Amino acid sequence: MIGIIDYGMGNLHSVKNALEFLGIENQIIANPSEIESMDKIIIPGVGSFKRAMDNLHEKNFVEPLVKFGNSGKYLLGICLGMQLLAETGTEPTISSGLGLIPGNIELLKSDTLRIPHMGWNGLTIKNDHPILEGVKLGADFYFVHSYAFHVESDENIVAVTQYGYDVPAIVKNKTGNIIGIQFHPEKSQKQGLKLIENFSNL
Amino acid sequence: MKTFQTFKLLKQRLIPTLLLRDGRMVKGIEFDNYRDTGDPIYASRVYNAQYVDELVFLDIDATNQSRATNKDIIAKVSKECFMPLTIGGGIKHIDEIRDLLLVGADKVVINTAAYDNDDLIRSSAEMFGSQCVIVGIDVRLENNEYILYKNSGKVKADISLLDHIKRMEANGAGEFFINNISRDGCMNGYDLDLINIITKNTKVPIIACGGAGNFMHLVDAYKNTAVSGLAMASIFHFGDNNPIRARAHLKNNKIQIKEV
Repeated sequence: MIGIIDYGMGNLHSVKNALEFLGIENQIIANPSEIESMDKIIIPGVGSFKRAMDNLHEKNFVEPLVKFGNSGKYLLGICLGMQLLAETGTEPTISSGLGLIPGNIELLKSDTLRIPHMGWNGLTIKNDHPILEGVKLGADFYFVHSYAFHVESDENIVAVTQYGYDVPAIVKNKTGNIIGIQFHPEKSQKQGLKLIENFSNL
Repeated sequence: MKTFQTFKLLKQRLIPTLLLRDGRMVKGIEFDNYRDTGDPIYASRVYNAQYVDELVFLDIDATNQSRATNKDIIAKVSKECFMPLTIGGGIKHIDEIRDLLLVGADKVVINTAAYDNDDLIRSSAEMFGSQCVIVGIDVRLENNEYILYKNSGKVKADISLLDHIKRMEANGAGEFFINNISRDGCMNGYDLDLINIITKNTKVPIIACGGAGNFMHLVDAYKNTAVSGLAMASIFHFGDNNPIRARAHLKNNKIQIKEV
């Protein structure tokens, strides 16, 4: 059973729709005590980092999520949910994240590129991970973000996308059970759904 | 002044626009003379199978009754079309945005209310993120000047194009959806001057709408402007053009499009 965290930050129903379409058992988690019994967890979300962390704190999600991630079970953060895995965020002011993957969130560095980075963009694989199994090389995925995850070590990068520089697109922790995806697999048609299916099969 | 480019590796987007009226899909000319063009859910399904990049739904009536229908349409489409879905038409309150996002929309287009209520754009950008807030802008070229119109093209707005763009960007708009009313449904090409004026004066992405009649119009706009996405309706409603053919044509003309 995959739990989708409901912490009041946007698109959890899109993620649920994708899981339903794929026939994957899932449950929306509004109560932190339900986290422990899940096999896997997805943290979705769109919006600002600080508001998201404030919501997670207010609803007492932080401690059980960190515990779940450290237990070795599979945890996936999507878009804002991916950025929350970092140690610190800067949107709009500096605040602490879940600290599950070393690094911090910073505004996309660009003098001449449009922000947000919005649209379909490709991936370059840096470190393999089973979540990429069978995903078509060269396929594009739907990105929409203004901030990027600056990871401490290249070992934490699974894939990057090019937007002026190598922007981390898929990140992982050292043991690979915690995964963050900057783009929206649930909005990236066939290849995006493949990533979600792969996550459910991990 | 810096000109903001759409990075070449970011793929150009094809965005069919579905105009809604009482739960049906319609299409008109210059925001008038609407014809029924079918069932929006069926059309979305077909577009999804043809690898379009996003879908935009615009309610041209936005009465209370059609609002409920629209929510229903988005809810159904989002269960089977896994791409960004945008909806607009008559949105005035942040609660309406929340409701639409909850049933599966990813972004909303706000047009008329953006002129009258700065706080709506500001607070929804803060609440849901800029990426979710598209400001829709309808213009007409009158005496060599772009005049802005609200209320589905019926009422002249009291601000200049560039002032409006700057103000909306400052308020947190994440994207602009630009339509030249005089070209709507005319199928004689996009207004490239209009696109260029706007792309040079903002750093947020631009979706242009109004005028696509053949695939060369798409190529022209992508080659001669820094537009981020092109929206279209008539080109796929009338005649035998479809997004698969459009994609092939763009590819042959070396326009970077999404790999599927």
